[in-house]
Amino acid sequence: MSDQPETPRRERRHLFDDGRNVRYLLWGLYVACGIAVAADFVVERHVDHPWEAVFGFYAIYGFIACVVLVLVATQLRKVLMRRDDYYE
Amino acid sequence: MSPVAPFLIFFAGALLAALTRGRLRAAIMLATPLVGAVNLYALPDDAVMSFALLGRDVILVESDRLARLFGWLFHLATLICVIYSLHMRDRIQHVSVLAYAACALGAAFAGDLLALFLFWEGLALTSVFLILARRTADSLRSAVRYLVIQVLSGMLLLAGIIALFANGNPLDLEPLELVGPGPWLIFLAIGIKCGFPLLHNWITDAYPAATETGGVAMSAFTTKIGILALARLFPGTEILIYIGATMAMFPIFYAVIENDLRRVLAYSMINQLGFMVCGIGLGTELAINGAIAHAFNDVIFKGLLFMSMGAVLFRTGKIGGSELGGLYKSMPKTAVLCIVGAASISAFPLFSGFVSKSMIMVAALEDHHQLVWLALLFASAGVFHHAGIKIPFFAFFAHDSGIRTKEAPRSMLIAMTIAAVVCIFNGVYPWLLYDMLPYPVDYAPYTWAHIVTQCQLLFFSALAFVWLNKRGLYPPELPGINIDAEWVYRRLLPHSARYVRDRLASARLAGGAVRDEFLQAGLGIITRWHGPRGALARDPLGSYALIVLVALFAVVLIFELFLGSR
Repeated sequence: MSDQPETPRRERRHLFDDGRNVRYLLWGLYVACGIAVAADFVVERHVDHPWEAVFGFYAIYGFIACVVLVLVATQLRKVLMRRDDYYE
Repeated sequence: MSPVAPFLIFFAGALLAALTRGRLRAAIMLATPLVGAVNLYALPDDAVMSFALLGRDVILVESDRLARLFGWLFHLATLICVIYSLHMRDRIQHVSVLAYAACALGAAFAGDLLALFLFWEGLALTSVFLILARRTADSLRSAVRYLVIQVLSGMLLLAGIIALFANGNPLDLEPLELVGPGPWLIFLAIGIKCGFPLLHNWITDAYPAATETGGVAMSAFTTKIGILALARLFPGTEILIYIGATMAMFPIFYAVIENDLRRVLAYSMINQLGFMVCGIGLGTELAINGAIAHAFNDVIFKGLLFMSMGAVLFRTGKIGGSELGGLYKSMPKTAVLCIVGAASISAFPLFSGFVSKSMIMVAALEDHHQLVWLALLFASAGVFHHAGIKIPFFAFFAHDSGIRTKEAPRSMLIAMTIAAVVCIFNGVYPWLLYDMLPYPVDYAPYTWAHIVTQCQLLFFSALAFVWLNKRGLYPPELPGINIDAEWVYRRLLPHSARYVRDRLASARLAGGAVRDEFLQAGLGIITRWHGPRGALARDPLGSYALIVLVALFAVVLIFELFLGSR
């Protein structure tokens, strides 16, 4: 069904084998974050929810939501996680 | 030639596929959705086809806008799925994909509850082979659990139909008030199909157990029929708003810590269904449009994600996040296509999720459900986190697992490319999709405010991922499973049954007296509920439903006891 993984003796270097490319990607993300928040100065937003009026609300909410999500999920894992054969 | 019922062509295709092999079967399978599309195009907008059963007319086909949209969607999904499956020579899977699609089309065009019930059961019976075809002991057990739960859903639907009929209600597919046993039984039956909280584990159990093709097909059909039935029968039912918000929220926590990447997608499926259920509960024209548009997009982008993970499983034989990584080196095209699916489900501008999910969110705000809106916004950030980043990251990037394999087979790549093109097309030009929705669309997805706010949400979610990883706070991928509601029927009930069995066995050794006591107690309980003055004897319907439930639980228990423990 599946092919046996084989490691060629000499492999060409791939995109992210070079640490610089990873750093470029991350800098790209930081710049994109900056632009997205800066756009809040320019773009007129219609406010339906009071929190939406806060500057950069969506950025703050997105960041906090993900951190909370991961930290809570990590704690949940301690309670929920079992061995693979738990149900057998 | 006058058009026929859409499902007939697919059943005919399934039959022919069963009788042929090789290239001929491939040609038949490819032709089926194409011939079906010609037929669907010719089908009049108000076509009605019925047949007489036991002196009643069963309306097998009643075409309207909603049915036609799902009809087109299912034709497209079948075509993609068929192409995806062409690399293999498995008759069982080929036939069941077409028969399964036929049942989905039958359910989409069903004109009354009886026709819906027939295809509802058909969906279960045809799709179970896509799990069995994995041919492992684990998949056999998952398949039986899947079948029992799906048949239970069918039985609840039938019980609900009987209750409606007994009270003199019509059996057409008009909205129901959630009052009395009939509507509640039907609501529960649909709830199982849609993966309501606590009824959701068949999705996370069956999808990862299915074959590569099976996972793709199953993600397309069963749950979307649930959404369609919900939209027809319970639009604007308030409880759905909260059920939907719960569904959008809780699975993302599981998705973050789940190791099996196809199970991550299954949890993500429940999260997306939550948005749709919420939209149907809101019930405004914008919300229903959003739910239906999102169902359409979800079939394609979730299908794309399942296809990319299926390709990884096919090539490496592995699917755990802890075992994978660095696959972009050997499967770069699959990686790029997976990222398109990830961008679509995350609702990036220019990708399909962007134009449909936001309709539901705006509808929630317009309807003053501010807490629900905050929950959905949380879920939006979360979905980017687990489906948008985690799936591609742990499969294709992260640490290099050292696995070197081949790119996915060409047929798989073609199927994924078609799905990716549809994702981008619907994102760039949503108006074709909008034109097919049940209500006229007065919604502009591409405003500067929407683009900026969505970019803020997504970029900062990505920033959180980077920050958590750099600080070492991100939970590593670990082999293992996480207990969920299924614990009740996979652990508690079998263990209790084993305990009782052992006690009975020891009682038998001790002598007949204890056994008689058990029997007396059992008879006492039955007399109390079903005797001349028993509560359940007064209403035959209650007994019927109870018997079905007890019988099905008995099947699960027997299965777990005699097969599950091996």
